[in-house]
Amino acid sequence: MLRLETVSVQYGPVRAVRDLDLAAGAGALIALLGPNGAGKTSTIAAISGLVPATGRIMLAGEDISRLPVEDRIKRGIAVAPEGRRIFANLTVAENLRMGAALRRDATGVRQDTDRYLSLFPVLGERINQHAGTLSGGEQQMLAIARAMMSRPKVLLLDEPSLGLAPLIVARIFDFIGQLKAEGLTVILVEQNAAQAMRFADQVCVLASGRVSYRGSPADLAGADVMKLYLGDAGM
Amino acid sequence: MEYLIQQLLNALAFGAEYALIALGLAVVFSIMGLVNFAHGEVIAGAAYAVLLFAGLGFGAPLLVIGLAIAAAIIMSVALERVAFRPVRNAPVTTGLLTAFGVSIVLQNLFQLLVSPRPQAFPALNGLNVTWHLGPWAISSLQVMELAAALLAMLALSAFLGRSLLGIAMRAASRDFSTVRLMGIKANRVVAAAFVISGALAGIACVFILARRGGVTPDMGFSLVLKAFVACVIGGFGSLFGAAAGGMLLGFIEVGLLVLLPQEMGGLKDALTYVIVTMILIYRPEGLFGTRRDLGDKEF
Repeated sequence: MLRLETVSVQYGPVRAVRDLDLAAGAGALIALLGPNGAGKTSTIAAISGLVPATGRIMLAGEDISRLPVEDRIKRGIAVAPEGRRIFANLTVAENLRMGAALRRDATGVRQDTDRYLSLFPVLGERINQHAGTLSGGEQQMLAIARAMMSRPKVLLLDEPSLGLAPLIVARIFDFIGQLKAEGLTVILVEQNAAQAMRFADQVCVLASGRVSYRGSPADLAGADVMKLYLGDAGM
Repeated sequence: MEYLIQQLLNALAFGAEYALIALGLAVVFSIMGLVNFAHGEVIAGAAYAVLLFAGLGFGAPLLVIGLAIAAAIIMSVALERVAFRPVRNAPVTTGLLTAFGVSIVLQNLFQLLVSPRPQAFPALNGLNVTWHLGPWAISSLQVMELAAALLAMLALSAFLGRSLLGIAMRAASRDFSTVRLMGIKANRVVAAAFVISGALAGIACVFILARRGGVTPDMGFSLVLKAFVACVIGGFGSLFGAAAGGMLLGFIEVGLLVLLPQEMGGLKDALTYVIVTMILIYRPEGLFGTRRDLGDKEF
């Protein structure tokens, strides 16, 4: 479904991502792990088109590398960005409507809205409330529901557990697991390795923009994670 | 008492004019962070366009109103495409200087292509008739101006509150890149802001023409400066604040005219700015603006 071929991202003299290869089939969940500054968020930004990147990004067999952000979204990529980035000045309902901005099937949009409001009942209770007044957990639920409103093929999730209470994190990851079970391809950037590995098919650890480990969660459990995160300097 | 009510109507009309122009500035600022000082030249450009069309025989008032709005929209969108899009991601000061540059270039073009002298435009004089209601003489233009400002506010509120593009514009006023992540094209949102701004400039142009009965190259510039002040009073970025700031500015100006002795009438503008300064000392973010984090500049 999604394939990255030697993708690199450069900010001035700094190379944030170096020659990254990645392949995720339909219904696969790939967890991108690594310390701060490893290039995880830059990878998400490169896939969504928010930052320029070299290399090739293929979505369902089509090269989307040169497409602007809006056209990549139209082709089936959705992003729940780092820091949630919900529209604080819009209501919950308006945020969800923004997520479905490209859809023309009013009935389908209504059904999906009802579905996510039943999955996250607290959003239904606050449907006409400004999103900026929601708690962190509620904002994260809204960010994921908003991304799902476009009925994407690939969901890019950047740090969904950041700053949230363990119970909320567990609930959000249960939902991510449900999406994966329904056949959605998910690229998950996460610091919470334990949660990420619950549903991941493949784990990719990044360090200084390079892949320092790639394998199954089971294999990673036996590896020296600290060494993978920090390299030899961390030992 | 009659005099006071008459002045109240004047204040409402002036305020409505400032509010219309301030709204045009605020719509663009809220999306792009650009203070479009060339907005006044959009008003002047629309005025010259209807002057040209009137010369060709298209001078019926309703036609002039439609032409003014259409010309202002076209000019506003063209300026975005030619002048402001290339500097969209540049620092704020670049956008500001570009807007000033465009304003000066357009004023000079109007002088060169038409004339530096005022051009008479009597086609809309018929809009300005006096209605006598008991002891009060009410200008139809004042009533129309107030009604137009209110209608513009209502239409804008409905558009921003109900339509997807309007909701996207409100979202873009806070977080443009995330709006793009919803699949909405940035150019579409920005163009919509300039279309609305142009339409408001066109409506303002009609009332300015009807009141003044003529066109000058710099007719929009001083008004845009006043509208800028209105936006600052109301809180830049807040559409309601811009409209409210415009109305308040109208009241301050007319209030000073009423209160000041005749020999001190020349101090009206200076005292207006003193009052504005006092408001900003009390509320630096403007009456309806939200306080921004100033970081280490806060003291």
